[in-house]
Amino acid sequence: MSQPISLRRHGSRLFALREASILVVAILLFGYFAISNDNFLSGANLQTLSQFIAPAAIIACGEIMLLICGEIDLSVGQVFALAPFIMAFSVKAGLGLFIGIVLALLVCAVVGLINGGITVLLRVPSFVTTLGTLFLINGFTLTISRGYPVNTPGGATIANIFGAEGYSEFLWALLIVLIMHAVLRHRRWGLHTIAVGGNLTGATEAGINAARIKVGNFVLTSVLGGVTGILEAFRIGSTDPLAGGTNIMFLAVASGVIGGTSLAGGSGTIIGGLLGATVLGVLQDGFTLAGINAFTFDMIIGGAILIAMIANIRVQGMRKGGRR
Amino acid sequence: MSATVNETAADALRAETIVKSFGAVTALSGVSLHVKRGEVLGILGDNGAGKSTLMKIITGYHKPTAGQLYVRGEAVDLASVDHARALGIECVYQDLALVNTLPIYHNMFLNRELRTPFGMLDHRTMRRRAAEALEDIGVNVPSVDEEVEMLSGGQRQAIAIARAVYSEAKILLLDEPLAAMGAREAGLIIDLIQRQRARGDISIIMIMHNYAQTLEIADRVMLMQHGEVTFSGAARDTSVEELLEIVRREYRAARAR
Ligand SMILES: Nc1ncnc2c1ncn2[C@@H]1O[C@H](COP(=O)(O)OP(=O)(O)OP(=O)(O)O)[C@@H](O)[C@H]1O
Ligand SMILES: [Mg+2]
Repeated sequence: MSQPISLRRHGSRLFALREASILVVAILLFGYFAISNDNFLSGANLQTLSQFIAPAAIIACGEIMLLICGEIDLSVGQVFALAPFIMAFSVKAGLGLFIGIVLALLVCAVVGLINGGITVLLRVPSFVTTLGTLFLINGFTLTISRGYPVNTPGGATIANIFGAEGYSEFLWALLIVLIMHAVLRHRRWGLHTIAVGGNLTGATEAGINAARIKVGNFVLTSVLGGVTGILEAFRIGSTDPLAGGTNIMFLAVASGVIGGTSLAGGSGTIIGGLLGATVLGVLQDGFTLAGINAFTFDMIIGGAILIAMIANIRVQGMRKGGRR
Repeated sequence: MSATVNETAADALRAETIVKSFGAVTALSGVSLHVKRGEVLGILGDNGAGKSTLMKIITGYHKPTAGQLYVRGEAVDLASVDHARALGIECVYQDLALVNTLPIYHNMFLNRELRTPFGMLDHRTMRRRAAEALEDIGVNVPSVDEEVEMLSGGQRQAIAIARAVYSEAKILLLDEPLAAMGAREAGLIIDLIQRQRARGDISIIMIMHNYAQTLEIADRVMLMQHGEVTFSGAARDTSVEELLEIVRREYRAARAR
């Protein structure tokens, strides 16, 4: 019993501690690659690195909110691909870019509503619900695109604002991270998200509308997926119907979990998610520069994610050990 | 309608022939109760008698299958927990409804958070008021920043009770408030209940398992068994022996059926 005592004391600070420790890991990795490779700190490479971190960090904001309230969205990578197509086709139909973007995000919101509705009202686990919509949306995007990529509409200025200019996507990511951090820590929405994930019955007994919180976070995640897809479309100049996919979804969830968000629900951090995305980005970028091939890289990333998840669950075990 | 209002104006809360079924299980088969302004009603009864279910109907958590609730004389159909809260009904549930991963002060203000003019959570004021409330009762916790998970059973219970009491409820429901309490803490809570009662404008319904303690605190007692009321009367006109005799008799009668 002597060990959990100190945990009891610092229980509330445990997650701040985890944010700090993942920050140290990020700095160590950054330092290692900066020393071992001359090109790592070059302007061009830092820009590439920022463009790798940004999409994972934005989507992680949504997945973290969902994980905290006890759910997950596997379909967000497919929404990522769908949004720029809706935008491009709207512009082609003469609706203009602004309406195109609004329409695209509205469609994303509807997908979130469907994900949340099926999960909450029909009590299907979100893992299953969103696995279904993952295939559904993917098929839909492939159908409307007939499998071909489209060019991103809009002039150079618009494109630069929305992701094409060097760090603009990263700045969008930072802005969204800051807003979502404030939502989680300083708004009722965030507090109730934690309450629903921490004690569903208790939150309901206290009068919190758990269905509203959960559905809202599904909508948020889908919309953030759409935003990321659109930013990436502007950055690259075109969109492929298979862009994003399970790869970006997995990176986002892994970012959240590496950053310290609990897989069991009830706690998590947005800043940790940004740090998690940074760690994954630095690994990816550093190993690419070092000339390690993609297959080896996948093994390294897979291993890193596994270790982070095991650490996550062990920390939860220690928290539980503090009581009873 | 107006006749009903007049007749029942003295009752802060009245429930009439409440029925509640969960599928094939009938948890309540026609239970009525009433509690006056300033009165303490103690509910005793077997495990599974339907006591908690009755509480959850009064808090708007469950919808009754049949029956009617009256709050201060007016018929109400509670649409939600928030609806009941708006009418001044607060409950300390048997499971306490605490969120382990949140600090004490957030639990104290759960779903009733204080906010700044910009809609941001007012952490500082909530922290201060939570600390004051707990100190006022005499509950010791290391810090209101502590997560509830790290607390003992009795401390958790005290926090749930403090939360309900400091919401300035008009009708306070306590589902086994002393269950996990040590003798000193139980004394503090009984003290707190007495102080609330002294205010005169609050009605308290408490579910208990200790007969002697209940007769000491409550003005009236009610016995519940197998979803029915088997006794209801003034606390000073009955005794532990009489109540236990009724419980045994009703239990045998129910088994014979
Ligand atoms: N949500 C529910 N779904 C199905 N059955 C339920 C539900 N809630 C309660 N019951 C049933 O209703 C009956 C009454 O339960 P209740 O919790 O009200 O009893 P109680 O008098 O509070 O018992 P205890 O003294 O053990 O707390 C039990 O048979 C229980 O199984
Ligand atoms: Mg009960």
